[in-house]
Amino acid sequence: MRLELQKRAGASTLFSILSPFIALVLTLVAGAIMFVILGKPPFASLYSYFIEPLFLKFDMGPIFSDFSFEGIVPNGWSLEQILVKATPLALIAVGLAVCFRSGNWNIGAEGQYLIGGMFGAMIPVLFNDWNSPLTLPLVLIMGMLGGALYGFIPAILKSRFGTNEILTSLMLVYVAQQLVDWIVRGPWRDPKGMGFPGTKSFNESAVLPSLWQHADAHYGAVIAVVAAIAVWFMLAKTSKGFEITVLGQSPRAGRFAGFSAKNMTVFAFLFSGAMAGLAGISEVSGSVEKLDDKLSLGYGFTAIIVAFLGRLNPLGIVAAALVLALSYIGGEAAQISLGVSDRAARVFQGLLLFFVLACDTLIHYRVRLVAAVEAVA
Amino acid sequence: MKKTLFALAASAAVMLSAGAAQADGHAKTKACFIYIGPTGDFGWTYQHDEGRKAVEAEFGDKVETAFLENVPESAEAQRPIEAFARSGCNIIFTTSFNYMDPTNKAAAKHPDVKFEHATGYKREHPNVSTYSSKFYQGRYVQGQIAAKMSKTGVAGYIASFPIPEVVRGINSFILGAQSVNPDFKLKVVWVSTWFDPPKEADAAKALIDQGVDILTQHTDSTAAMQVAAERGIKAFGQASDMIKFGPKTQLTAIIDDWAPYYKERVKAVIDGTWKQQDVWHGMDHGSVAMAPYTNMPDDVAAMAKKTEESIRDGSFEPFTGPVTKQDGTVWLKDGEKADIGTMLGMNFYVKGVDDKLPK
Amino acid sequence: MDVWISIILSICAASTPLLLAATGELVVERSGVLNLGVEGMMIMGAVAGFATAQVTGNPYLGALVAMGAGALFSLLFAFLTLTLVANQVATGLALTILGIGLSGMIGEGFVGRPGIRMEALDIPILTDLPIIGKLIFGQDLIFYISIALVFGVYWFLFKTRAGLTLRSVGDNHTSAHALGINVIKVRYLAVLFGGACAGLAGAHLSLVYVPQWVEGMTAGRGWIALALVVFASWRPGRVLVGAYLFGTVTIGQFHAQAIGIAIPAQFLTSLPYIATIVVLVLIARNRRMTMLNTPASLGQSFVPDR
Repeated sequence: MRLELQKRAGASTLFSILSPFIALVLTLVAGAIMFVILGKPPFASLYSYFIEPLFLKFDMGPIFSDFSFEGIVPNGWSLEQILVKATPLALIAVGLAVCFRSGNWNIGAEGQYLIGGMFGAMIPVLFNDWNSPLTLPLVLIMGMLGGALYGFIPAILKSRFGTNEILTSLMLVYVAQQLVDWIVRGPWRDPKGMGFPGTKSFNESAVLPSLWQHADAHYGAVIAVVAAIAVWFMLAKTSKGFEITVLGQSPRAGRFAGFSAKNMTVFAFLFSGAMAGLAGISEVSGSVEKLDDKLSLGYGFTAIIVAFLGRLNPLGIVAAALVLALSYIGGEAAQISLGVSDRAARVFQGLLLFFVLACDTLIHYRVRLVAAVEAVA
Repeated sequence: MKKTLFALAASAAVMLSAGAAQADGHAKTKACFIYIGPTGDFGWTYQHDEGRKAVEAEFGDKVETAFLENVPESAEAQRPIEAFARSGCNIIFTTSFNYMDPTNKAAAKHPDVKFEHATGYKREHPNVSTYSSKFYQGRYVQGQIAAKMSKTGVAGYIASFPIPEVVRGINSFILGAQSVNPDFKLKVVWVSTWFDPPKEADAAKALIDQGVDILTQHTDSTAAMQVAAERGIKAFGQASDMIKFGPKTQLTAIIDDWAPYYKERVKAVIDGTWKQQDVWHGMDHGSVAMAPYTNMPDDVAAMAKKTEESIRDGSFEPFTGPVTKQDGTVWLKDGEKADIGTMLGMNFYVKGVDDKLPK
Repeated sequence: MDVWISIILSICAASTPLLLAATGELVVERSGVLNLGVEGMMIMGAVAGFATAQVTGNPYLGALVAMGAGALFSLLFAFLTLTLVANQVATGLALTILGIGLSGMIGEGFVGRPGIRMEALDIPILTDLPIIGKLIFGQDLIFYISIALVFGVYWFLFKTRAGLTLRSVGDNHTSAHALGINVIKVRYLAVLFGGACAGLAGAHLSLVYVPQWVEGMTAGRGWIALALVVFASWRPGRVLVGAYLFGTVTIGQFHAQAIGIAIPAQFLTSLPYIATIVVLVLIARNRRMTMLNTPASLGQSFVPDR
């Protein structure tokens, strides 16, 4: 008895919609099993991971002593935190979608994110007193420029020398981490910072404003949604989108259509680098308000999960980013309410990516159990 | 539209959580802790968690505790601190320097919750206190022991980041050593991490190969202790008693004992007497303790105990003149004591450190 | 003299896990599969080895179980990429993310326990020989395995029929399939071998290097191993040179500091990665060398058509 794959004539529309959901369900089942093994109540654990953060749990104790409303009112604060966490993931993943669709493997978004943050910080750090309505737009543009330039390195190496972009972009992540680490401890360190790594806090005109007063959520979230819609439009409705898809599916066919795979490599990396850079500077200017040594949190890698979970569709990616963000926030909630260790969140993310990848097979192939009953027709 | 919806939900949340806190007011006091590392690091975070357990043991049913481990520093800490404040914690201890800004931000939003921030200096709201310990006092004792025990006259120091806290420890160590042997030298290696056992082990091996025969560290793992044990030299434990990682190796260790402080502050919340403060306790308060003096002759142990005692009763302070800086200029004149500002922002070496302070 | 010997021993210790993991990955990549999950398999090996040694008191058993754990974990990757033809890059990444999380959970109960060290050999007379005694006869077992492995893999790949089969699968899976070779089976075996090697590398970290379990203790060494394979342009001998070069830089940076040479640590840390990129460019430019050594179907999925 063994599995056998049979290529479908065309991609299955049904499964291309269903597969992310199947993957989610399988992840939940696997997660429940994991909690049982850990000796935690499986349903309560899953609840505190994925439901509790969304709703307010409150107790009307003094009024109705044995009647409590639970999970009725959406938890605004928690939803806001999910938004904050999803913003960089969505920004990076939308860029990666373009790159992956075109058949280019940018694994180094984390590095482009960091360099974006560093480039964007240049103006507020070096010209701290410069207050102008132009400051913020320039800061954001510098961030995109930094990410794009850093993405350009693996792209040019691939298109000029045929170097493997997976490996070069990955190596560059580590170089970027060291570079940022050095600059915030050395040349850019705040002289009044008690010796701790980190630059001066940004001037107000260089800070990405909050969505409303006292909010943690900043305009990066709006930028992410706008970017997702724009990229969706580009992929679905423009000739550039067509070019990306054709080259991604078959470089040979692309060549016959007159498209250049080399130019596409450069375009894809510049684009995804710029998006990662934008995510980086949004975090720096919107959340931290200075550049420090804690910028690298692995968003560039998590965004790869997001991109796949969203099926490389920008709108799907926005949803996927929210799901992943929920798993972070839920991880904290479960730690507080049940004492589930924070590693569980990582395991969830790994499992989710596994199941997403496995379910994607269903889109292009029929899976059969040879010499046994059909597994999936 | 979206904005107002969120705002409404947020204000509802605030009202409800305030209501919940009132309803719970007579029940348990909830003390919550934010940790930088895993509770099992056997160093910094482990000791804070021991303090948390001491609170539970002391107050029993009257308190409830919770903790979040591996919380990244800086802006990422904002959310967990707030989550705690919203989940009904009455007092929140944030136990790493870079939780400083997020702690103060959360304090502004939750005036009813008490915040205690370790090793920081910002108290922007009346509900924020800061606390730290004078670990450098223990370093002085270690320096004296090192100078007595070393045959090569050189000790090695595995350092994390060139922040004042670490520099203070290095200076105190060399001052202690020089009080025994004026020619004593100290080699410093910076590993740029608080916690990376293989890297700390590499640094330890390199220092030993460079001729040091006593190791001390300002990083959090027990790796250096294990390397010292393997190579047959002596070493000092850090933050926590590491004797089981080097039964024949550890001379003593500086133990961060947070239990007295945590009990005192939680009690203040229970009694309703909590007030903002800034404390920098040392051996006098029991916050800095020394692990048993082991693997050394009795006379060395006796000397160490004597120094420890004189620091505890206040008759002696490590940073007392005459002290010369590394560049040869006089820092403290004979009998002069260091002022607290210079201590807190220490960014220079004293004479005898064989290293250039990274800028 | 003793000082130099002890420095060389430190370099051996720093290089061994890199060498093991890289040699394993080299075989995987020679078969045409790119497994980016080395870090994940390595850390699973580290925790499995440590836990076994703690429970049984036997570090050798620990190393054995670590190899099994690495192989078992790599099976997950093999099933997804080979049977279900999932994307290799993303699957490898998933393996790493899962491995780091899972090992943290498994290891929770073992944190803060002094480990059981796999002791270095101590052969009477031989180990006491001047200079060479300690270097040749006084190291831990895993060190010897790592060196033997390089030569074994070289011999296997270039001197045996099975090795030729494996390389032909990596170079052109379609024609290998046409010749009647079971491409999927060869790749499964290669991936499992790579997993076992990475697991053993992890065991070296938690049983020899620093005998304790610490979450995330591989700290990026799996990625360095990946870089090394490319750095060595898929040649076993060059992996050996590369691993020891990396090990020397790792140890050397602390010596440089201790004798007062102030190079920013960040620069030294990033040096191996920059070197890899340079090598990648150099081998890509040299077309003849690329053709000779690079597995042409690296990273491409294969579905046997019927």
